[in-house]
Amino acid sequence: MSAPERGARDPGLQPERTRLAWRRTTLTATVVAVLAGKSALRDGPGAAAFAGCVLCCGLWLGFLGVAHRRIRALSGGVPPETFTPRHAGTAALCTIALAVCATALVL
Amino acid sequence: MIEFARNVRLWFVPERIREDGGTPDYRFSLANERTFLAWLRTSLALIGGGFAVDQFLPDLRWAWRVGLALGLLAAGVLCALRSVNHWIRCERAMRRGEDLPVSRFPALLGIGVALVAVAMVVAVLVGWEA
Repeated sequence: MSAPERGARDPGLQPERTRLAWRRTTLTATVVAVLAGKSALRDGPGAAAFAGCVLCCGLWLGFLGVAHRRIRALSGGVPPETFTPRHAGTAALCTIALAVCATALVL
Repeated sequence: MIEFARNVRLWFVPERIREDGGTPDYRFSLANERTFLAWLRTSLALIGGGFAVDQFLPDLRWAWRVGLALGLLAAGVLCALRSVNHWIRCERAMRRGEDLPVSRFPALLGIGVALVAVAMVVAVLVGWEA
């Protein structure tokens, strides 16, 4: 397997597939954030519900930010920029923080 | 455990990963990234399942509802942590030209999800309602 030259198109469409994987993951995060908002507003509006909604929206935006940066990097030339552990860690931490919010809402 | 701590340090000092071996073919790195994303989606789905149990089974007894929801949420957290750790381990193995790491996590997660599903069927069928 020889890597294609910079600026060439990848015949296996690897960057596109990875970009779409980021889109799918963002969509899943959106569904979870909507469920979180619904759960926060179950007992009617109030300061706690508002804070929960803001927190979940913030986490969703954090995830969206990572995904957006990565999608832009993947839309550039071939080979694309490498994915760093910092981005992976940020995406995973947003997910874990959503789970912590969920625990607080369930209890 | 020491290995895990070393990997966690790599999350925040990403330059260190470049010290190992050579850069692999970018297509392998992208495949590894997609695997990471697939695991992250699994994690998000488990968290969504936790929310769903809490919201859509309101007639269940409190202990069952909260227990099942917390089980799913804990599985989601574990899955997210493991996704990053496994991604780093695979990336390092590829840089060093070693075999990819094996893991018993998928089997354990499968058993865990099956147990939660059985518990949910029992709880709904037997109807331990509040």
